[in-house]
Amino acid sequence: MSSTYTASPFLGKTFGVTVTNVTKTFGKATVLKDVSLEVKPGEIFCIMGPSGSGKTVLLKHIAGLEQATTGEVRIGDFDAADPETRNKVHLALVFQAGALFNSLSVYDNLALYPREHRECNEAGIRERVMHALSILSLEKAANKFPSDLSGGMKKRVAIARALVMEPQLLLYDEPTSELDPVMSATLTEIIATLREQTAVTSVVVTHDRDLAFAIADRIAFVMDGRIRGVGRPADFKNPTDPVIANFLNPVIDLKNPRFKQLENSHE
Amino acid sequence: MTYLTAIIGHIGGTLLLLVRTLKHLPTLPRQFPRFIEQCYLIGYTSLPIVTILSFFIGSVLALQSGYSMENFGAKQFIGTLVGLTMARELGPVMVAILIAGRVGSAITAELASMKVYQEIDALTTMNIPPERMLVLPRLAAILVMMPVLAIIANLCGWYGGALVCQYTHSISVDSEAYFTALKAFMKPKDIIDGLVKAEVFGFVIITVCCYIGLNTRGGPREIGGSVTKAVVTSLILILVLDYFVTKALLFT
Repeated sequence: MSSTYTASPFLGKTFGVTVTNVTKTFGKATVLKDVSLEVKPGEIFCIMGPSGSGKTVLLKHIAGLEQATTGEVRIGDFDAADPETRNKVHLALVFQAGALFNSLSVYDNLALYPREHRECNEAGIRERVMHALSILSLEKAANKFPSDLSGGMKKRVAIARALVMEPQLLLYDEPTSELDPVMSATLTEIIATLREQTAVTSVVVTHDRDLAFAIADRIAFVMDGRIRGVGRPADFKNPTDPVIANFLNPVIDLKNPRFKQLENSHE
Repeated sequence: MTYLTAIIGHIGGTLLLLVRTLKHLPTLPRQFPRFIEQCYLIGYTSLPIVTILSFFIGSVLALQSGYSMENFGAKQFIGTLVGLTMARELGPVMVAILIAGRVGSAITAELASMKVYQEIDALTTMNIPPERMLVLPRLAAILVMMPVLAIIANLCGWYGGALVCQYTHSISVDSEAYFTALKAFMKPKDIIDGLVKAEVFGFVIITVCCYIGLNTRGGPREIGGSVTKAVVTSLILILVLDYFVTKALLFT
């Protein structure tokens, strides 16, 4: 990350998130079951859990991309499901695969938000975009297209695009998935540094144990659509809950492999 | 019953998309570059195929009608038949079918892949309504380009018919007689009715294709499924609406 970064003045206010008794069903499948949690303003809150446990669906509820079947999600005092909330809260979501606009260059991907919202003139937009690119050391990629970028660069561009939005709530969906250990560590540092310098509330969905334990103020474990436990990273160093312990420290047993147990459970 | 509920749901969803899109109409001047880009994609890039197909449709029409009308000694009216058929029916319908297949499929595929790869979700979280950025410029562009393409199709069809009449030995109606007959029974309303039809078809194609594209769920396989669904639905609606619009226009 560039050392020239200075805290942006945009974060006059950051928002907490309150999830209250949220249940979500898709057809006959219940993906979230009576989920409640609170994210305090300014904290890094990690949501961990195995694949298919409902973490991303929960994040989409916070982003207002899904509506709860029952229960509610609030960002500060605003209803996350209400489209009007996006006019009141600068919310940015860094998607797992980046979700960059393939038809636009990296520069135009970043410039889209201020252009569409007419927040400043083209010179101001350029300054803002180049500033965000410099934060993530991406200046040389400005004229490239997403198809020319590696997985790690796409994620960094996605974070830069989120920064251009001057977010008051920053959501990350699996920021380190499909990355090598060095790039994972880099992105972990980026998330922590951004919070340190801007105090933005960050909600990170991940199953990367190293990331969560390195930067989270608190961690929630979602298992099978329910919150299994919430606490500080230190609380989970030696978890008493066997399910969480098994998730955090899985033992590789070649004599009795897990997939065989899964096969038997389906019979 | 479930099938009927689904159809009603899709009609409601399409109307809702339309309302949301038209709500952003005042932003159209700001989107001028996107509008021009869509005019280029819908209009200019469709021009060669529209020209070639309508030329040969006019030619075949003249050939078939010349063969039949000779039996009645009515060859001198081939120009009238080709002119009216192209202007009122085949011009707008053929252009609509071509646009549904060529442009409608491309639009559905683009929007469906944007949906599947979460670009639409990204726009939503950025508080940029997809209807404003993706649907409105396409809708405006097709409403401008459909009449233009229909007029070009008419002209090509008429000249195709004229060439066949002039140079086919068994027909042998010269161009002057052909165009005299064409003009004699052609009223401005005939051409305007055809353009109205083209507008209606264009409106339907964009609305249906954008709705189906934006509501795609799943992966790459579903993108293909959406394209097929959008083109088939557009074609059915074009031909069904053709009857009702024709009936309405004939009696106004």
